Amino acid sequence: MEVKTASKEKIIKQAPTTVSGAEAVIKCLLEEGIDTIYGYPGGAIMPVYDELYKYQDKIHHVLTRHEQGATHAAQGYARVTGKVGVCIATSGPGATNLVTGIADAQIDSTPLVCITGQVGSHLLGSDAFQETDIVGISTPVTKWNYQVTKAEEIPEVLAKAFYIARSGRPGPVLIDITKDAQFATLDFTYKKCAGIRSYKPFPKVNLSEIERAAELINSAKKPMIVFGQGVILGGAEDLFQQVVEKAGIPAAWTILGLSALATDHPLNVGMVGMHGNYGPNVLTNECDVLIAIGMRFDDRVTGNLKHYAKQAKVIHFEIDPAEIDKNVKADVAVLGDVKETLQLLLGFLKPKHHDAWHQEFKDMYKIEYDKIINNELNGKKGKLGMAEVIDEINTTSKGDAIIVSDVGQHQMVACRYAKFNQTRSNVTSGGLGTMGFALPAAIGAKMGMPDRQVVAIIGDGGYQMTIQELGTIFQTKVPVKIVVLNNGFLGMVRQWQQLFFDKRYASTELINPDFVAIAKGYHIKAKKVTERNKLQEAIKEMMDSPEAYFLEVKVEQEENVFPMIPTGAAVSDIRLE
Amino acid sequence: MEKKNYTVSIYTENNIGLLSRIAAIFLKRHINIESITASKSEVNEVMRFIIVVKVSEEQVKKIVGQIEKQIEVIRAYYHTDEELIFQETALYKVNSAEFVEDLTIQDFIKETNARIVTVTSKFFVIEKTGKRHEIDNLYDKLKPYGLMQFVRSGKIAVSKNEMPISSILEDFNTININS
Repeated sequence: MEVKTASKEKIIKQAPTTVSGAEAVIKCLLEEGIDTIYGYPGGAIMPVYDELYKYQDKIHHVLTRHEQGATHAAQGYARVTGKVGVCIATSGPGATNLVTGIADAQIDSTPLVCITGQVGSHLLGSDAFQETDIVGISTPVTKWNYQVTKAEEIPEVLAKAFYIARSGRPGPVLIDITKDAQFATLDFTYKKCAGIRSYKPFPKVNLSEIERAAELINSAKKPMIVFGQGVILGGAEDLFQQVVEKAGIPAAWTILGLSALATDHPLNVGMVGMHGNYGPNVLTNECDVLIAIGMRFDDRVTGNLKHYAKQAKVIHFEIDPAEIDKNVKADVAVLGDVKETLQLLLGFLKPKHHDAWHQEFKDMYKIEYDKIINNELNGKKGKLGMAEVIDEINTTSKGDAIIVSDVGQHQMVACRYAKFNQTRSNVTSGGLGTMGFALPAAIGAKMGMPDRQVVAIIGDGGYQMTIQELGTIFQTKVPVKIVVLNNGFLGMVRQWQQLFFDKRYASTELINPDFVAIAKGYHIKAKKVTERNKLQEAIKEMMDSPEAYFLEVKVEQEENVFPMIPTGAAVSDIRLE
Repeated sequence: MEKKNYTVSIYTENNIGLLSRIAAIFLKRHINIESITASKSEVNEVMRFIIVVKVSEEQVKKIVGQIEKQIEVIRAYYHTDEELIFQETALYKVNSAEFVEDLTIQDFIKETNARIVTVTSKFFVIEKTGKRHEIDNLYDKLKPYGLMQFVRSGKIAVSKNEMPISSILEDFNTININS
């Protein structure tokens, strides 16, 4: 490349170097600032792994024990850092094993770049060994995907992949690279992608919609905010708090919005949804203005749509135009990045207090506290309950830990009771509800935030879905804390069987192995707690441990999670028992 | 809500795999595609898909929203028949013997503004371009004479209102340069 006006040094820097496609992949990752990737080698991706060997001082490759673990670890890394998570796998089964994590990332808007090896381009479509159409398979669950068959495509395609994954509403991207493209050479230069002509990640903000929203909010008597992960993804937590405080509006979170506003903030009124708090669910059907910010009205949040907030004017702040009116009709749709739209909104808002309205949330919290929360935290009867464990972790961590929860009853309990002072502290599989998510996601979260305490809360069912990642923890020495709440059941399904299927516990009872022995087999410190009076000490020991630590807590077998909105019921028909 | 035929018009980059991505949007929602055509458009390197579906307006709005989310889709629109100028084309292969012996077939062709494309000793191929009911009408007339083959294209359409793809592309370029 000729650069006439640049210095000699600059010319050398910008001159293309001839590299293999495989080396180009690594160079692209370095150009994007990637220092940690998760993956599993295999035949069709071997050239890239061979180059990784050469670059191991610059890129830390974490060998997970299954490709699914690689995606979840990359998700955990991405969720706590806000950066793009990267994972890598071979063709065929390696690629298909990524699909669950990709689908999870798609529905929870997690930025991932997944790189898969593919058979040689001359073999494409021939059912060659370990050939599978991963581009076809992953199409419905990726934000974008592409198959590279020529080495010279690699820099531009990977630059595009990172841009797409992280911009606008983030999501997973898959790049499939044939083996011959990895071997072939190219003149490597890298230019970060600044835009794609058909892709508009940030919709244009319409000021009049913001003014309409502000008018509605300013004149509301009973306004209520429901905030989702969009606040976190937009990096708008501070602005959001200013909006909440200036307008004096009670704010409730969706499961992925949790930690965008400190749990103890006076205007934080709890969680909406199937196992959310009593007040925000019931009062959704009594508010006069419902302000949805960075959330997508998931069916677990809305219950029966025919009876959802019908009395309210709905204002929807959203980056993705396809989410507007998808489930709930918006009276005012404010499209755009919340960092921009909330900033503008703030200027139009009048300072308000809604004390009487806020008191209604407090009154309902009192009802829930007396019926459920007090018993769960202070019951001190029978076997240990899941909430007690979470509460003890809160006490020890002082609300500063990152909690990575799996899927099931323990997830709902963790999300209901965990306390958070900082954003990006709640990592869970929200939309897809992927059992097996937490153990590998905790690995990624700890690697992304090594200075913060990371505690995985997992059920005995989900734990065994990716239990092999203990091997990754052992090998990398990543000091994650693992708490398995063992009730000997697939608890959430069992609860439904109890409530709606006449206690017919079809295939939900688990005969579990000796979890402590398994953890010790991986040389991970481990302990089991069965008695209440040993819990505090055990959790303190775990949290104080500089190394990884596994704690099994034997909890009440048939504990149910309440409140609960039964399927098909309205949010205001939430049951306390 | 009432279901009726909507024509979805999609301008896209010319990339491999996009058809599958768009088709998946309909598949996921169990919506049957009545017809589909894809061709180059009036803008260089920009493709145009025309897809006909029978759905409610609420459904078609959501589908268009999901289609526009695709990275390589420049813009998608939906239209009712009243908002379009549209045509379909059909080919009819008819036994030559029947054709020669019964002159009424020739009358059908004249009456319906159809056109003979190919003549051999064994068969004739007739082409008809028009509205769906006109094509069906000729089909019904030819069927009793031993219709050897029949095929109909998807709908092709242009909108009565403007679809300003060139200016949208200019906007994209400006936004991307400034971002």
